[in-house]
Amino acid sequence: MTGCTANQFVPQSETALQDSALQQALSHAQTGFVKKRAQAIAMVDDFELLKFKAQAAKRNALSNLGELLEQFEHKVIESGGQVHWAGTTDELNACVVTLCSEANAQRVIKGKSMIGEEAGLNSAMEAAGFELIESDLGEYIIQLAKEPPSHIIAPAIHKTRKQVAALFKQYHALGDRGLEAISDLVNEARSVLREAFLTADVGITGANLLVAENGSIAIVTNEGNGDLSATLPRVHIVVTSIEKVVATMEDASDILEVLARSATGQHMSAYTTFFNGPKRERDVDGPTEFHVVLLDNGRSALLDGPFEPMLNCIKCGACLNHCPVYSNVGGHAYGWVYPGPMGSVLTPLLQGLDAAEPLPNASTFCGRCEEVCPMGIPLPAMLRQLREQQHQRKLEPFTWRMGLSLYSWLSTKPRMFPYCQWLLRVALKMLPKRLWPAGRKPIQAQGNSTFMKQWSQQSDKRSQSGE
Amino acid sequence: MPDHPATTTKQTNQRTRVALYVTCLVDSLRPEIGFACVKLIEGLGFEVDVPKGQTCCGQPGYNAGHWPQARQVAKVQLRALEGFEYIVVPSGSCAGMIVNHYPKLFADDPVWLPRAEAVAARTRELCQFLVEHKWSPAVSRLSARNVSPRKTWAYHTSCSCRRETRSEEMGAQLLTDAGCIVGHMKNQEVCCGFGGTFAAKFNALSTRMGQNKLEAASQCGADAVTAADLGCLLQLESLDSGAFEFRHIAEVLADQVGSQHPANEDERCS
Repeated sequence: MTGCTANQFVPQSETALQDSALQQALSHAQTGFVKKRAQAIAMVDDFELLKFKAQAAKRNALSNLGELLEQFEHKVIESGGQVHWAGTTDELNACVVTLCSEANAQRVIKGKSMIGEEAGLNSAMEAAGFELIESDLGEYIIQLAKEPPSHIIAPAIHKTRKQVAALFKQYHALGDRGLEAISDLVNEARSVLREAFLTADVGITGANLLVAENGSIAIVTNEGNGDLSATLPRVHIVVTSIEKVVATMEDASDILEVLARSATGQHMSAYTTFFNGPKRERDVDGPTEFHVVLLDNGRSALLDGPFEPMLNCIKCGACLNHCPVYSNVGGHAYGWVYPGPMGSVLTPLLQGLDAAEPLPNASTFCGRCEEVCPMGIPLPAMLRQLREQQHQRKLEPFTWRMGLSLYSWLSTKPRMFPYCQWLLRVALKMLPKRLWPAGRKPIQAQGNSTFMKQWSQQSDKRSQSGE
Repeated sequence: MPDHPATTTKQTNQRTRVALYVTCLVDSLRPEIGFACVKLIEGLGFEVDVPKGQTCCGQPGYNAGHWPQARQVAKVQLRALEGFEYIVVPSGSCAGMIVNHYPKLFADDPVWLPRAEAVAARTRELCQFLVEHKWSPAVSRLSARNVSPRKTWAYHTSCSCRRETRSEEMGAQLLTDAGCIVGHMKNQEVCCGFGGTFAAKFNALSTRMGQNKLEAASQCGADAVTAADLGCLLQLESLDSGAFEFRHIAEVLADQVGSQHPANEDERCS
């Protein structure tokens, strides 16, 4: 997915608010995630300690990023694999296409990868003539629907069960079989995907973590599709990004401690697998080739800057699940791969401030995202910083720029400010109802005058009466 | 203090001076909230001063990224608020701005940072101040009175009270202590959709968020909504079709005590 329609956030969110199927899908899923996370955290003695350890592991990794990446590369080569460096998404796509061509691949099975989404890898693969099937159930559903994911861990969260059943009816040879229960849907997808796993030449997966000390990559899934994609085909290509590296297995486990709890409210995901190089002589299965493609795409430029904390993100999705904006409009309204609070920071950083003007502003700064972020990313502060950059670059709408400047200026003039307060009271009284925002009742000022005016009159009286 | 009201209040010059930072919204739109604050603070035996130099805390500009201007605005407020024992703010949002964000604005300013930190340390969101000084209708030197008819209040814990001043539980406690019936509203940690300029820039979205909040208030059986932030209350009021009464927590608490001015009562005592 390369097209970014983040600048259309307002119309897109308005459409989403009117989409009853979407609203139904969102309301079910969101509350589930929130509840489960709360339960999982309540069961831990000291979640703050786990967070602290995970953040320390990440801080250590980011402050030694160059060294750790080199060590990781060295260890991957040592274990028989190869590392490829991609500065841009185009380079990543070209690299993967070349690797697949060299492997004489026809069929490719793919596990869920946000880096793949960021690069638009699927369309690049299809354009190059490969047959690619997504193996994550959610990804498979949206692949059939030809839609981008709407959530970073639950890509088809915007789809109702009915909509999924309709998709399967459209694309699978179902005959008279009905797909009523969720288990029917899962079994239907499984039967199609099993065939794909067994016939695929190449398996592409993402990675949740890269371990520098031994060149392992960790994949966390609940469906086991990552493991099948990684082990059954003869070539395994890992598409991932540079900030996922950590120094040690210990550090990786510290991050895994908070990942599943924050994401799905599990202690551990159903499958947490560390892959290390291709099949060895005495291994019963595994690929003969193991490639890791490391994407930068603007990430290294964030190091040592105000947005470095964004590289802490482990893509757990907790900020999306707890965001009042995301939970009302879903992911597609955000217009690019990463939605919710983390997306509102990442999209402007990766796609450009002017390509995502509304996103940093689409927050009430309620602070819930920061509260639930296991990696301590100050998301509201990052959004505020982006607004500051928009202001610097004059990207904010002119009327807002002028209006807020005027108000700030008046706020520095205590003698003039009371008149502005008085004017507001009068303006509210005079303002015709039709000029109020749609669907809102006009707000009226109460009392005879401002508090300050009334107070000074009263204190005059009080002092006259000799108090 | 309640045992010897006359001795603590007679020599007014020795009383602790508390600055009321009334906030621009209360000042212009709901002056009664300011008077309710005065009543509550004076009821605890403090002298209330309303510093003339105060305007707006500067949050609109600060949140929009106009940081140099926000610094100028903050300096004006700091000048007005210095020298008081406490600065009481009937808003978690504006209190949070002073407490958490003024020091950030002046992080690189060796002159203004200590001044901002000094004011921040003395600033309290209203509920914080009342709890800190053990307010209750009985402690207040004014006689408690029962306000009829009894309403069920939905207490909206504003996000600022929850995450900036961390005083959201204090509001609920005060209401209960004051004898109010408080309904248990679900999703209390979810934003009402105000967010300052957010409500104007994303009206449809803000509207939906506010409607969700009103729905939660209705589900808990409330007929009135209160909060410690006027912004949230105005957001909800503008979306309500007349089902609820909206009052700031200062007004609700002040209503639970007698209406007589404390100074008059002191005169009687002496």
